[in-house]
Amino acid sequence: MSESMVQVRSVTKVYERGKQKIEVLHGLTLDIPRGDFVALMGPSGSGKTTLLNLIGGLDKPTSGEIVVGGSRIDQLSSGQLAHWRAHNVGFVFQFYNLMPVLSAEGNVELPLLLTRLSAAQRRKNVAVALQVVGLADRAKHKPRELSGGQEQRVAIARALVSDPQLLVCDEPTGDLDRKTADEILGLLQVLNREHGKTIVIVTHDPKAAGFARRTLHLEKGQLLEQAA
Amino acid sequence: MTRGGFVIANLLRKRTRTILTLLSVIMAFLLFGLLQSVNTIFNAGADFVGATRLMVQARVSFTSPLPLSMVPKLEAIPGVARVAYQQWFGGVWQQNTPLIMFCLDPQRYRDVYPEWVMPDAQWQAFASTRTGMIVGKQLAEQFGWKIGQKIPIASNIWPQKNGSKAWTFDLVGIFDGKDEDWKKRTNLAFIQQDYFEEANQFGVKGRTNFFILKLTDASQARAVSRTIDSMFENSPDETKTQTEKDFNISFVKQIGDIGLIVRWILFAVFFTLLLVVGNTMAQSVRERIPELAVLKTLGFSDGSVLGFVLAEAFALCLSGGLVGLLLASLAGAMVQKGTGGQFQLQLDGSVWLLGVAAIVLMSAAVGLLPGLRARRLRIVDALAGR
Repeated sequence: MSESMVQVRSVTKVYERGKQKIEVLHGLTLDIPRGDFVALMGPSGSGKTTLLNLIGGLDKPTSGEIVVGGSRIDQLSSGQLAHWRAHNVGFVFQFYNLMPVLSAEGNVELPLLLTRLSAAQRRKNVAVALQVVGLADRAKHKPRELSGGQEQRVAIARALVSDPQLLVCDEPTGDLDRKTADEILGLLQVLNREHGKTIVIVTHDPKAAGFARRTLHLEKGQLLEQAA
Repeated sequence: MTRGGFVIANLLRKRTRTILTLLSVIMAFLLFGLLQSVNTIFNAGADFVGATRLMVQARVSFTSPLPLSMVPKLEAIPGVARVAYQQWFGGVWQQNTPLIMFCLDPQRYRDVYPEWVMPDAQWQAFASTRTGMIVGKQLAEQFGWKIGQKIPIASNIWPQKNGSKAWTFDLVGIFDGKDEDWKKRTNLAFIQQDYFEEANQFGVKGRTNFFILKLTDASQARAVSRTIDSMFENSPDETKTQTEKDFNISFVKQIGDIGLIVRWILFAVFFTLLLVVGNTMAQSVRERIPELAVLKTLGFSDGSVLGFVLAEAFALCLSGGLVGLLLASLAGAMVQKGTGGQFQLQLDGSVWLLGVAAIVLMSAAVGLLPGLRARRLRIVDALAGR
């Protein structure tokens, strides 16, 4: 687990809200080894989600360097970044963000439309991803026909299906009850331990953070400590 | 699933809204197809092919009368077999039902129009009864007229010598058409030219609105037409000679500039459609901002997201547009059949091409703004609901 999956070097992020400039991250430096499972914790406004968005290539830093899987993603154009995201990172959101018009398998297949895979191969990959999250029997169901936990499993299958090495999860259990949350976190743990996925989650929940290998605390845009 | 499948799934997200929008597109393109066909008819050049009869009217307008003294000159032209004439009477049944009613010479008219079927005795009665009137079967059935009745008809143009606009005619015959096409046109009424000339207050005599020429050979139609118009060129009674079909079209053209009317109607229709479909697309995109952000998160480029929105607009306009144009084709064929081929309201290739171009333009117009909004949206802002 020594090779770095994510390297964040002296990153600052400044948001402009009208005439006001808000610096959310102040020269933050961070290393996440390949195969790690990291929980980012901290109070609201500490910059957790901003950091996660930068690592996932959804946003660009104002200054500093970000290297993920060997790519300097802070230097990529918008189009290159979209292409990079499609092949290198999977996303899981608090409110699942599934497409309501598509079935579970349709949602999981969506990222594969960006690949050159044949329809048959896509269907096969979708079936495997749904099997991994334990939802093979709900493939034809629309999101509204699924429980919250099942929806989040579909979202995880969607994040997994193109086989990215990095999963970024923003409050993945924030909308779930304790039991379901533990099941989802257990699933992420399996993906980390058995499938070698590097996982970064943002959470307010110490119990959720307990599933990670280590927890990083952020406050006012700076990394406070590292806990094993 | 394919990208196309995803586009269709999104279109069917709110079925009622999509169906209503689709119906408005269908209606707009139905109107477009029919009106463009009308425009094509009115803009078409003269077609003399297969014409067995020609209509001669004053060059200025058919409302300017021509002298009956032209009859022998017209009949002397090689290729002309017989000449009939018709004078518009402006008949009105009861108080407000206008009739298509003409004054004519019975024998000449019968010779030129063998398509009207009526017993010889009734033709003879028409020729020999000065106040005689014959009507088409449709008209007789519509008003319950029977042979032998005296029919009071008012004329909104011609009063009698005593100043009264009320005329009375003796119904001496009811004619039918020789086939289905002609049967559909039996909504006409005819009276004697001689009686009209004798009884009208203005002393109009020896003049008519137009002549109908029966030709010996259909292939000579164009030549005969040119001969007549050049014969009367620079005379007080310059003529315009055309086929029956073109005459009927120019009759409708008296209403106004049909092309301009059609263009304005279509402008209004498409402007309204632009607002309706444009609003639907804008609303649809507005509702899906987080979903579009998720697409970008998954790796779909800005261009792909723009493409999805444009594809939705195109699918909506294409499906509605094609159904509308197909319905216009069917309606056109029905009109053509209903008028016995007189009004050839068919969607030709140029109308279809114009329709497809309108579909593409409409798709771009309604899809581009919401599409660009989707293209521009920043993932982190959209996911955060900003």
